[in-house]
Amino acid sequence: MKPWLALMCCLAWLPAQAGDWRQFRGSQGAGLAADAELPTDLDAKRNLAWRIDLPGRGHSSPVIVGDRVFVTCVSGARGGRLHVLCLDANTGAKRWERQFWATGRTTTHEKISGAGPTPTSDGERIFALFSSNDLFCLDLDGNLLWLRGLMRDYPNASNGLGLAASPVVADGVFIAQIETDGDAFAIGVDALTGVNRWKIARPRRANWTSPLLLPDANGKHRAALQSSAGVQMIEAQSGRELWNYSEGAATTASSAVAGPVLYVPSNGITALQEGASGQSPKQLWRAAPLRTGTASPIVLGERLLILNDAGILTCAEIAEGKRLWQLRLKGPFTASPVATAKHLYVVNEKGLIQVIDPAKPEGEVISEMDLGETILGTPSIAGNAIYIRSDGHLWKVAQATAKIL
Amino acid sequence: MARSTNVFGMRIRRYLGSVFIFASFTLAPLRAETNPAAAGHAALIQTIAAVGSEGSGNVAAGAAWRELAKRDLGALLPILNAMDSANELAANWLRSAVETMVNRELASGRALPVEGLEQFVLDRAHQSQARRLAFELIAQADPARSEKLLAGMINDPGSELRREAVGRELGRAGKLLAEGKTAEGKGLYQRLLTQARDVDQVDGIVKALRKLGETVDVAKAFGFITEWKVIGPFDSAGGKGFAAVYPPELGVDLGAEYDGKAGKVRWQDFASKEDYGEVSMNLPMKALKGVAAYAYTEFYAPKAGPAELRLGSENAFKVWVNGNYLFGQDEYHRLKEIDQYPMRANLKAGKNEILVKVCQNEQTEDWASGWDFQLRVCDLLGATMVSAKGEGQ
Repeated sequence: MKPWLALMCCLAWLPAQAGDWRQFRGSQGAGLAADAELPTDLDAKRNLAWRIDLPGRGHSSPVIVGDRVFVTCVSGARGGRLHVLCLDANTGAKRWERQFWATGRTTTHEKISGAGPTPTSDGERIFALFSSNDLFCLDLDGNLLWLRGLMRDYPNASNGLGLAASPVVADGVFIAQIETDGDAFAIGVDALTGVNRWKIARPRRANWTSPLLLPDANGKHRAALQSSAGVQMIEAQSGRELWNYSEGAATTASSAVAGPVLYVPSNGITALQEGASGQSPKQLWRAAPLRTGTASPIVLGERLLILNDAGILTCAEIAEGKRLWQLRLKGPFTASPVATAKHLYVVNEKGLIQVIDPAKPEGEVISEMDLGETILGTPSIAGNAIYIRSDGHLWKVAQATAKIL
Repeated sequence: MARSTNVFGMRIRRYLGSVFIFASFTLAPLRAETNPAAAGHAALIQTIAAVGSEGSGNVAAGAAWRELAKRDLGALLPILNAMDSANELAANWLRSAVETMVNRELASGRALPVEGLEQFVLDRAHQSQARRLAFELIAQADPARSEKLLAGMINDPGSELRREAVGRELGRAGKLLAEGKTAEGKGLYQRLLTQARDVDQVDGIVKALRKLGETVDVAKAFGFITEWKVIGPFDSAGGKGFAAVYPPELGVDLGAEYDGKAGKVRWQDFASKEDYGEVSMNLPMKALKGVAAYAYTEFYAPKAGPAELRLGSENAFKVWVNGNYLFGQDEYHRLKEIDQYPMRANLKAGKNEILVKVCQNEQTEDWASGWDFQLRVCDLLGATMVSAKGEGQ
């Protein structure tokens, strides 16, 4: 089966409404909005649909469900005030905002803040996790459904640099990796009640990678948990281990996925194809020169694209990991790339959006737009628009439209 | 007989009273859970207050919250009052109920009970975050009134209210200097140094005063404990020192001598000269790797009661007070921050023995050279507590 066909099959199983972007790197975690039509010739006057002020810092991605955009922030002298905002996707107008007090430690590296994990949604609820390990579940109208103070429950689960692994939700279970030097676990919390469904021990080492959901043939989900030890595949509903790859992996860049193949930042990139349920994956190839940085790799068609911190974009073919070309972008980068069917969108730490056409023989930056602010958060794509946030603002960039600035 | 009847009657009343109290505080959550719509504010709040660890109480709290958030503004002050005794999780539930209720009621054109909110804010016995929330509601409804309130909050026990009040005065001090009123500005900065609690504000004040030629004892301003007895190094190869129990953990004997990692070790005096009170084991013991050391001090409290030990460290550490273990974190070189780890302790009146174990791992990078901690004792409102008999005595 062609990888793209496998990918499309997988996408068909997933419940997310077309056009939603319900978690870090999209509803499928692939960073891909294949149907989206984004501007490829960016122009601030033409394509900035709106920009709104945010009440605090953050590098979590916006999450989009229908015509609602959800974004998290922290404010206050020590980042102790936690914000969850819901905005109208069409106008940027605030629908509601909820604030909470952090109950866990809020220390982070000064470059980042406590609003690191991207929220996740099952289409009916929004689950907002912060570096302080405070977790809030609200309905889409902002009504609080339940909350947790995970650092109260598990006091050593903190990282002085801050936590940023983004959670996922599937099959009625909210799943988060809380992995630090002091304590490390993955937890499955009942999406309706907020109580633990399961909690499993994980390698006790700081880890910022996010779980990746994969659907099975029955529409149920498995979650790939990456860490310095490798990748552990678990059943979403139970936390039961299905297989374990133990040859090490990155602790910042998360794996890319296309159909049944995981492209794991492990010894360069290692392509793992899942076997039948419960069986260990088959290693398709390993390419040591394909080294990731903070940004997660992404698969676009037949190409695997890897962006390192310095701004070198490497393109490899997904069949064997053979390098096709390298392109120097204007860096540095913390945010991960996202893509439409044909183009890659990256935002560097200085706020410069670069649009890349990877089909060109050597890859080519075909457009740029400068937002002029430090940006660390990965963009989100929904409804033919790309949403980008800084510590102070959230932008919607779309095809030329009536501007609401 | 009449006396007996009277006594019996009293007993009945007491019994009924007890039943009523029991029903109010024990059955109320049950009542609210089974039929939240029929429950009074108190029962709903009581249900929310019962939330606990690992998600317990969430389902009942959710049902109670939905009903409470529907109530009119008559429930606002009872909810704020309830935050006084609510745990942190319940406080967030209650806060969210306030936000939901207030937004809806304001959108309907109703007015906030500003007078009542002001009385709530002015009563410093109320929970600090609840007072801040009330203050923000006042600011939303009547900015001039909140601005007036802020003027009296420079020494407020609530960190957020105090911060804003201090921030406003810092702006005024800067303006005085810009206008050439140096003595007045300097005086204001000196006063603010005693009131500011947040690191960024204290840093700004210290910088301004030093620029004006003033000598500032930053460690004293923050209340860091700078006088310690230290002992080590003990072996922590492979990180084993965090879990290992070395003799100081079994009882501090300042005259004792123990087998350390590389020979006999004994207690020695150490005084931190750092602005932020860092007790660097690299100074008395050199830059070692794979080691553990202990620091000991005696803190004299004027009276018995709860306090918060606030420690910052980028190393693995453990803390004991009067032999009781408070907290530890087995993490290295992630980051150090003032007040990073607040730890609740019950102090005795008079002498309290504070013991800190701080470990160094075997990383060799430059940024992994730190082997230290900083510690201060605060009351539960964040004000620095100073050892009544003097540090280390």
